[in-house]
Amino acid sequence: MSIIAARKESTTTAQAAHQTQAETSAAASAGTTTARPASADQQATRGQVDIANVRKSFGVTEVLKGVSLSVPPGGVAVIVGPSGSGKSTLLRTINHLEKVDGGYITIDGELVGYEVRGNKLHELREKDILKQRTHIGMVFQSFNLFPHLTALENVIEAPIVAQKRSKAEARKRGLELLDRVGLKDRADAYPRQLSGGQQQRVAIARALALDPKILLFDEPTSALDPELVNEVLDVIRELAKSGTTLIIVTHEMGFARDVADTVVFMDQGQIVESGTPQDIFANPREERTRSFFSKVIEPAFNI
Amino acid sequence: MSAIAPPATADTAPPTPDYSEYKLVPARHPWRWVGTVLVAAGVAAIAWSLVTNPRWEWGVVAEWFTAQSVVNGLIETLKLTAISGVLGFVLGFILALMRLSASPLLVSVSWTFSWIFRSTPLLVQLLLWYNLGYLYEKISLGIPFTDVRFFEAQTTTLISQFAAAVLGLTLNQAAYSAEIIRGGILSVDQGQLEAASALGIPAWKRSTRIVLPQAMRAILPNAFNEIIGLVKGTSIVYVLAYSELFYTVQVIYNRTQQVLPLLLVATLWYVVITSVLSVFQYYIERHFSKGALRTLPLTPLQKARKFFATHVAASPTKDAR
Repeated sequence: MSIIAARKESTTTAQAAHQTQAETSAAASAGTTTARPASADQQATRGQVDIANVRKSFGVTEVLKGVSLSVPPGGVAVIVGPSGSGKSTLLRTINHLEKVDGGYITIDGELVGYEVRGNKLHELREKDILKQRTHIGMVFQSFNLFPHLTALENVIEAPIVAQKRSKAEARKRGLELLDRVGLKDRADAYPRQLSGGQQQRVAIARALALDPKILLFDEPTSALDPELVNEVLDVIRELAKSGTTLIIVTHEMGFARDVADTVVFMDQGQIVESGTPQDIFANPREERTRSFFSKVIEPAFNI
Repeated sequence: MSAIAPPATADTAPPTPDYSEYKLVPARHPWRWVGTVLVAAGVAAIAWSLVTNPRWEWGVVAEWFTAQSVVNGLIETLKLTAISGVLGFVLGFILALMRLSASPLLVSVSWTFSWIFRSTPLLVQLLLWYNLGYLYEKISLGIPFTDVRFFEAQTTTLISQFAAAVLGLTLNQAAYSAEIIRGGILSVDQGQLEAASALGIPAWKRSTRIVLPQAMRAILPNAFNEIIGLVKGTSIVYVLAYSELFYTVQVIYNRTQQVLPLLLVATLWYVVITSVLSVFQYYIERHFSKGALRTLPLTPLQKARKFFATHVAASPTKDAR
């Protein structure tokens, strides 16, 4: 209990910067979606994510039942909820890995995966979708590193192939990124020669290599042994201070409370409630939220 | 209370003797030795009969082994294998991608191709291609249902024995390699494609740089099976009187009546080709296992070097002891 409290203390200063943004986002997500008109400050803002009334079904099961959420530039939104609640699907709609059946998503005011023609939203050609995805990094639960490439080759693959950067430049940047996740000395190792935690850190470096505005984390620590979880979470904590917008799906409640400016609780394809970590963890308004936390948070875990 | 328990059991149990000074002796396997001796005896008997039985006519084999006509036939066999092997796998790769595409038209075209060419005997296919001139006198390229022709030729001049052989072997090979390549691609985890497309990597590069190098591990053993099969499979084009290795030795033994020695000549050459291919297979498979194994096993050459180094270095120290 005291350890968690102490860690909380150390991150409050870092979070202070986000504090005002957190309040706006909390307000926005609690109410309606903020439709952002193109404005003069558009240039300065980077990584504003707006999800508007997104619906998605797999067959007859509706997994997203009209979800709206706004995350301000540099904001850190953590999505929690029981399995099957649609968290991962929502995350995957943000980079159009999953097509929506209704609603839309914008990043800095630009529609993701669609363009307006007349009064219809037409799906973009794959080429344009791929270009949009270079602004959105994604980290997967099962790492999905390319096993036939070394750590460094994994990191520089997309900058070279998708962004047509020079190999020398990509290597230099790749080594910087591996250094940032503490793996510079393992640059030439293949994924199978690395531990799970190391692999996920390489995957984070790979996602960062495209200089994304937004990073999506899909249960980044769920496939890890308990003792390896923290090395990954520490890297994400660092990123939270960097001004990149982060949207994280996780089951690590302590981490969520630490790092989030907005915690979003989802259940059965809907956002039940969202707010600051204090609001959601200490004073949940909804019964469903309360009963979920009572199951996943150990008794010793207190605010 | 529980803290007292361990010494209590130590008191009651008999004291464990100290084995730390004992030498470890591996288990012995006497039956392995018996088996080895029996197999060695069998091999020796076969070898002895091969050498001493004059009817093998090794002299005749040696005489024809490097004869000009046989070597020419060998070159034709290698040419057919190389051309139809490469074309067959290229076409097979395209067919595999078609089969895995989202387009129902491409899927059914690819499926039908494999269905037809896998369900008809290669012999029939070859004869059909060779006799295409009987079915279609002229082959022309133009706009259908009009008189516009860009190119026109007699079928019999276009389809030579060589063309019929390459056409038949290639199309047949493509049908089989398409399935092998498709199997390889399916063996790669879906998450790889997902990660690559999340990184904005275009579809073609996803196939060639991410999926195919990983699929190669599953493709290669089967692909070499096919290539080795093709080497010997080319002997079937003797029905077109195409003078590859097998047809050449047939022509020779029909003249000299030395049937078995000349069949041995052809056989030995097929063994040589297969052996060379097996060496290639080993090293190519090793190349594509990069990252799949934590540490690559040593190549036979490296093993030999290591053996030599350790044993040559070890023997003086042994003497010194």
